Parts: sequence; C-alpha cells; structure tokens
Amino acid sequence: MLSIQNIHAAIEGKEILKGINLDIQPGEVHAIMGPNGSGKSTLASVLAGREEYEVTEGSIEFLGKNMLELSPEERAREGLFLAFQYPVEIPGVSTTNFIKSALNEKRKYHGLEPLDAVAFLKLMKEKMQLVEIDKALLTRSVNEGFSGGEKKKNEIFQMAMLEPKLTILDETDSGLDIDALRIVASGVNKLRSKDNAIIVITHYQRLLDYLQPDFVHVLYKGRIVKSGTKELALTLEDQGYDYIKEEFGATTI
Amino acid sequence: MAILQTAYIEEKFDTLQSSHPNVLLNEVRQKGFQTYQNVGIPSYKNEEWRYTPVSNLFKQSYSFSEKVSTINQASVDAFRLPDSATANELVFVNGLYNPLLSNIRSAANEMVIISMEEAANDIRFSDILKEHLGKSSLYLQDGIHALNTSFINGGVFVYVPKKVQVALPLYIYHIADTVQNPVLAQPRSLIYLAESAELKLVETYKTAGSSDSFTNEVMEVVVAGNAVFEYYKLQNDIAVANQVNTTHIRQIGKSYVHTVVVTLDGGMVRNNTNIIMETPGNEAHMYGLYLLKGNTHADNHTLVDNREPHCFSNELYKGVMDDATTGVFSGKIYVRPQAQKINAYQSNKNILLSEKASVNTKPQLEIFADDVKCSHGCTIGRLDEEALFYLRSRGIDAAQAKAMLLQAFANDVIEKIKIESLREHIETLIVNRLSVQIS
Repeated sequence: MLSIQNIHAAIEGKEILKGINLDIQPGEVHAIMGPNGSGKSTLASVLAGREEYEVTEGSIEFLGKNMLELSPEERAREGLFLAFQYPVEIPGVSTTNFIKSALNEKRKYHGLEPLDAVAFLKLMKEKMQLVEIDKALLTRSVNEGFSGGEKKKNEIFQMAMLEPKLTILDETDSGLDIDALRIVASGVNKLRSKDNAIIVITHYQRLLDYLQPDFVHVLYKGRIVKSGTKELALTLEDQGYDYIKEEFGATTI
Repeated sequence: MAILQTAYIEEKFDTLQSSHPNVLLNEVRQKGFQTYQNVGIPSYKNEEWRYTPVSNLFKQSYSFSEKVSTINQASVDAFRLPDSATANELVFVNGLYNPLLSNIRSAANEMVIISMEEAANDIRFSDILKEHLGKSSLYLQDGIHALNTSFINGGVFVYVPKKVQVALPLYIYHIADTVQNPVLAQPRSLIYLAESAELKLVETYKTAGSSDSFTNEVMEVVVAGNAVFEYYKLQNDIAVANQVNTTHIRQIGKSYVHTVVVTLDGGMVRNNTNIIMETPGNEAHMYGLYLLKGNTHADNHTLVDNREPHCFSNELYKGVMDDATTGVFSGKIYVRPQAQKINAYQSNKNILLSEKASVNTKPQLEIFADDVKCSHGCTIGRLDEEALFYLRSRGIDAAQAKAMLLQAFANDVIEKIKIESLREHIETLIVNRLSVQIS
C-alpha cells in the first residue's frame, strides 16, 4: 500500500530525514517512535504533502501512484488521512459543511455522486456514535474553542467519515487525559480493517497499549534505526531513549 | 460638460441660487459654498485624504448633475435588490431624486418621502430642515462635503413619524447615467426618525453606461429618542465609478444605530461614516467589509463622537485585498470630557492576497474623560496557511479552501445584515466573486 524508499527531506535547507525506508501492507498498524527532534513529525508532514518540506532524494509509492507528484488534496482523495498533532481552529467554517465538502470532493474524485443531505446526516449520526463525539461540537466552527480532547476526537471523527486507506496518527495521544485517550483509541480500533493501514506516531507507550501495533520502528536522527514487534515499544518504555542514543548516536551523525 | 474648475463651479452655483428662490436652502447652500471657497478640494497633504487622491477626480470633465437621462423603469429593473416588490424604492438618477421611477409602498402616515424643495416649503417640515440640514458641516470642513452642500438640489427628505416602525425597508438606488458623458452626481438626503420610530435603509450604486462617474453624496440622519435605525450600503459598481459619500448619523435621543457598509467593486471609493452621540446612553454598531479586486481603492473613515456619558459603540471593519487594490481604514473615536462611563470598541482586520495590494489602517482614539472603556486593534496579514493546509489535507482543493476561509472571514461582517434577502444576495455576490477570483 505504501512504500517509502530512501526518503531524504529538508526544511529551509536543513536535512531532517536522512534515508527512510518503510513498507506498509493493508491491515497493518505500524508505530513510529523516537525522541524529540528525531524526524517523526517531519515524516508525517512529508507524507501529507506539506509544501515547506523539500524531498531531496528517494521515492514514495502510495497505492501504486507516485505520491510525491500528488497535491495534499489529491493524496487525501486517494485515501490518505493525517490526524493532526495540533488540529487547526478555523473560525467561521462550520464543521459539518467542512466535512461534507471534504467527503463529496473525495466521492467526486472516485466518480461517485455527492451524498445528499439526508444520506450525509445519516452517515454522520452513525460515525458520531462510533467515536463518542458530542453532536453540539459539529454545529460549531471547525475546532474553534474545542478542548484538546475534543479536537482529537474530531480528528478521529473525520477519519471515520472519510474512511481512509492509510491513516497517520501524529502524536494523537499528546495532551489527552486517560478517558479521552481511551475513547480516541477505541474509535481508531473500531475503524481498523484488513483493508486499511495505520501509522501511529508517538513518543509514548500508552496509546500503543490500546492499539497493539504489528510493527514498531524507532526513528532517530532522521533514520529508522530499529524495527521490531510491539515488544520493542515496551523495551523503550522501560529503558527510555537513552540506550538508542548511546547505541546509534555516535555513528549516525 | 466641463472640468470641475472653480470658475465653472461658481457659474453653476450662481445659476442654481438664482433659479431656486427658497431662503432656507439658499442659506445652507451659501454657507457650503463659502466653505468650499475657503478650503478648496483637499490634496494629499490633508491628513484626512492622505491615501485617497480625490483631487485626481477634479482633473476631468463631467456633466454637472444633468436632469436629461434615458433611465426608465426597465433600466432600474437591472439594478433592483431582492424583494424589491416589498420595499420602498427611491431612485436617484445622476444625483437627482426621481419620483417617477420611485415606488413608495408604505402608507403616507407611516413615512413621508418628498423632495428637499417641497420639505423646505412645507410648514410641517421646514423647522426640521432649518435645525438639521447641513449640521454635518460642523464635522467636515472639507471642500468635497462643502461642494455637495453648495449644490443641494433635487435631494430628498424622509420623515418617519413617532412610534412608527416602518415594516418595509427603504431601498435607495443611485444610478449614474454615463451613456452620453461622464457624470458628476451629488445626491443629498435628510432622514429624520422621530421618537420610537424604526427604519431600515439600504443604499446601492450603479452605473448605466461605461464612462466615468463621480458621485459625491451626503446623507444626514437624525435619530430621536428610543428610535432604531439600521443602515446598509452596498457598493458593487463598475471600475470607473468613483464616489465620496458621507453618512452622518446624529443620535439626538437615547437610540440604537446599526450600520453595515459593504464595498465589493468600484473605482475610487471613500466612505465617511459618522455617528454623533449627542445624548447619554446611545448605542451604535458599525460594520464594514471591503472585498476588492482589480484596481479598486476603498477608503473607510469612521467617526464615533461620544459627547455624553454612558454611550456604547462597537466597530468591526474587515478587508480582503486582491490584485492591485488599495484599502484605507481610519477610525476616530472621540470621548469628550463629560462623556464618562462610555464603552467604545474598534477593530480592523485585513487579509492581503496579492503582493501588489496594500492597506493603510489608522485607529485614532482621542479620549478626554477618565472613566471609560475603549479598545482598538488592527491586523494586516495573509491567509492562515495552517488552516489552508488543514482543509487541503482533507481533500478540499486549494482554491476552494481559500474561498472557504475568505468567506468565513467576510461572514463576521455579512452576518450583521439583518435583512435576510439582502444578506443572502451579498453572500451570493461574495461566493461568486471568490469562486472566480481565486483559481
């Protein structure tokens, strides 16, 4: 589904990613962990198509297409979804209209008729229950005045509505209390299927306890330095990132 | 047709004065003309006109408020606002009130609409004119305003009696007929809301023809105690339609005023919106949106004069500047020494969409009382890139995302339009503009 080959990426001339390789198959959940500044969010940004990041080397194939040639909106319509670390507040744009536009753009791209108001509302209702989001939030402007937990729930709600093939959860656990984390994680689990894949970018183990990833990768200084199964995350939790730094710090600069 | 030079203007003035022997109007015009002669047309050195080179408009030839026009009902149809059949419609052609093209649908005991000349000769209204016509001159000692006053002719007087809430809005269409020649139009009106009266007024401007026009308008509004005045202005004229207009609203009793000024297209556009709070406890809300393309220049000068205590005013003006457009916002708030316990808020926010667009914004608070709450703020920036990316990351294309954000930005002002059909009309104009403009 996703094949990342030797990706190098820079922002403002500074190289952050220094040769990432990663293959993801449908149905898989991959966790990407690593200390601050290792390049985790850069990887998410490059995948989502943020234009301030320049890919200097390497290739990314997504569902058989050259992803680097696609605009952010085309990537989304192809089936990519980025759950933002810091969801943006957009005063004056209603959440419902926003999601409806997004959904119908995607349907149009795939040659489907736009959903009418009734069908859309029915779908909303169904997905709202799935992620336990308050209906009142959806009548407000996008994320405006939402608490941290509400913003993250809204991300998962959008994920539910748009039914992506590949989801990137960019530090979705940050700033969440234990209840919100449980709701968000259980929402994600309900959306898992054998046809879609998830990349979980996180600093900590606690979200992984709920999501149970198939693979764990450790990113350090712009490279994946270790890959393993979910037990690797537990090791990291026990030993911290220091042992990674010791093992790879000197040789990878 | 001639260039607006002093000798020509003097000749026109003498002709007007001798042909309309009404003492009251002659006196007001005479005073205006004296001011015009004393101060002349402002140059860029005049701080109030620094960014709006109005003197350029005086370098070319115009027909001088000619009555001759081919405008008829059918041509007005092209300009009508929505739901016009359930509105009172006043038509000015080249600055002159045209009763034949106007449709007054409210009953005579709900609202009186007559020409300024009739009002000056009508004992029911002549005292009102004597007291209030030309009062705005105290605030506008400039040649442009004085020029309008010098040529008060073919203006209109609107009177809403005590306790009458006029159900139908009053639409005023200003039509410049430039089919033959460029035109100078100088509409003048005096609106009087007696105690506990209510009126919704909408002004809009259109050019029939393709030549230049220069509309120099003065509307004076007097709002008595417990009255409610809603005022809307829509400017969406062609690129060679220039205008300076002054809406001077005086609250002579504790009353409520709500204004929304929307500028979408035109040439050089200057709006003076003044609210004078002459009694304690007045309340005013002022909103403005200028969403511009091409070379349009839009200048909004606002004034809130708190002359008495316990007044409240809130002001929000927003601008979206594309292409080579220029915007000006200047917001004056005066708080006189005796005007304690007032609240006055002002905000001006601008988005620049193009490298060539510019905006000058200047809040001016002059506070002489010590127990007041005043605030002001202004911003000039680009569209929020993070918000744009967020929308795009959900599959919404860049142009549509941009339009959504700009609509949301504009909506803070548009939602203040309380006449639903007008609000929807302007929303549609904006949606259409944004879908064409941004690609």
